[in-house]
Amino acid sequence: MKTFEYERATDVASAVATLDRTPNAKPLGGGTNLVDLMKLGVERPDLLVDVSRVDFGGVDELPDGGLRIGAGVRNSDLAAHPLVRTRYPALTRALVSAASGQLRNQATTGGNLLQRTRCTYFMDTTKPCNKREPGTGCGAVAGLSRELGILGVNDLCIATHPGDMAVALAALDAIVVFETVDGEQRLPIDEFFREPGDDPTRDTNLPSGALITAVELPSLPVATNSTYRKARDRRSYAFALGSVAAALSVDEAGLVTDVRIALGAASPVPWRARKAEEALVGSPATPASFAAAAQLELAAATTTEQNAFKVPLLTRLVVGVLSELAGLDHEGDDPADPAEDADPSPFRPTGADGSPRRVAADVDPGAATGPEGSAS
Amino acid sequence: MVSQVSAETSPPSAGANPPGVPTTTITLDVNGSPHRLEVDNRTSLLDALRERLDLTGSKKGCDHGQCGACTVLVDGRRTNSCLVLAVSAEGSDVTTVEGLADGDVLHPVQQAFLDRDAYQCGYCTPGQICSTVGMLEEARAGMPSHVTTDITNGEIDLDDEEVRERLSGNLCRCGAYVNIVPAVHDAACAHDADATEGATR
Repeated sequence: MKTFEYERATDVASAVATLDRTPNAKPLGGGTNLVDLMKLGVERPDLLVDVSRVDFGGVDELPDGGLRIGAGVRNSDLAAHPLVRTRYPALTRALVSAASGQLRNQATTGGNLLQRTRCTYFMDTTKPCNKREPGTGCGAVAGLSRELGILGVNDLCIATHPGDMAVALAALDAIVVFETVDGEQRLPIDEFFREPGDDPTRDTNLPSGALITAVELPSLPVATNSTYRKARDRRSYAFALGSVAAALSVDEAGLVTDVRIALGAASPVPWRARKAEEALVGSPATPASFAAAAQLELAAATTTEQNAFKVPLLTRLVVGVLSELAGLDHEGDDPADPAEDADPSPFRPTGADGSPRRVAADVDPGAATGPEGSAS
Repeated sequence: MVSQVSAETSPPSAGANPPGVPTTTITLDVNGSPHRLEVDNRTSLLDALRERLDLTGSKKGCDHGQCGACTVLVDGRRTNSCLVLAVSAEGSDVTTVEGLADGDVLHPVQQAFLDRDAYQCGYCTPGQICSTVGMLEEARAGMPSHVTTDITNGEIDLDDEEVRERLSGNLCRCGAYVNIVPAVHDAACAHDADATEGATR
């Protein structure tokens, strides 16, 4: 690990002043990703500004009924907060699906938003990676891409945002609040995360030297009927291969009145599926509508041989999650089937007996009977 | 033993650090005793515990937060000590596996692991035990997990599925899980009995 200076900040203003005047300084929250990347030589700060003792506030109700979540609130505490559990269950579900009990105790709300991709090329300093070392090329596009992105990607970078929390926050219209030397600023989460464009080194639009101080959730009645579902290679303690955060309300005629959908492990950003949402409002809340909406959103997917399976996987996850939220029993009904053969990859990992490796997903059997999906 | 390691007898300051390597002098509160140390800023809490304080109970498995062998309690919460910088742990109360027993009386979780033979090689065991201690507090506080069916309910039914999910951050390459799960159930019962006793005292 490269050497670095260490300072412990006592308040936001002094932390921001230090971060602003020191070119290669980074704030340290829980450290679960940053310290790991420093060990790997991927992150090489000259100065760590430890903000883990700064009082950013807890989880507090806003006058309009929304929530303000202090940047230092630990993932485990946020997941367990009664107002989060009842008003924004998708956020609790996303948080408890992530990492391990130990890591959730350490990880902070602000730090979690800034975690870096787990693309193996990014994590390995001996490999080319435009995100880590601009101009070296992307090893993943023609290499190991099974875990990587299919939406909002380009030839320079197909890394994914690896987190779960931010996917729920994207569906819930969260606002990221941060402090700069010029004062407090705010960005809707859609504008906070950025696609690689011509500069994959930047994951977010957080200005240099800024410090995240809070995340705000608006009052969102539809969110009381929300959840998060994650498909992964093992049932616990693994990054997503695909995930969906969604909220849904349906009227007495069975028509969708409001819907929020965000896709995880699909893109460099937590992917808000606005096309699917627009298609669904006013449509019947049926698995067929849900599948059609997912397919509409995923029509823009750019896949490799190895990650093409994510299209049917995400389609099934969307159908499964929305069906659950609509209270539908869609057992045996798999409108996603037409997309089933979308994975022609000869590289698909296989089990010891040569059979396709099964993906652990909390997907109802009826929604995931293909070789890429799996029931528990 | 940690109780004998005072500020005066703790290992000498990091004189071996080459010039130009940034260091910080910190006080680490470990198992109830303060330890004054000068550490290279890069030192993890795990390395400070093992290499500087001779508390080798906490193990280094992966050193990347993936195996849980380094799990300790920081301010009562289970934490991967390999991902915590020692400088960042100043001001926190750290409890390692060496600090769980009350004199010669083992902590109920330690006793349960012994009674159930919940280990083979033992390398992951200190992390499993510290993780279980922290996990039982989380469950008692009603914190939900990925397999909790009703997250609006603050009561946790700590069945096998909950135990396995909540301890998924601790890997055992010997595969001793089949005995770890019953040990955790035993410890949970002892934990609840303690709590009841405490409440009625």
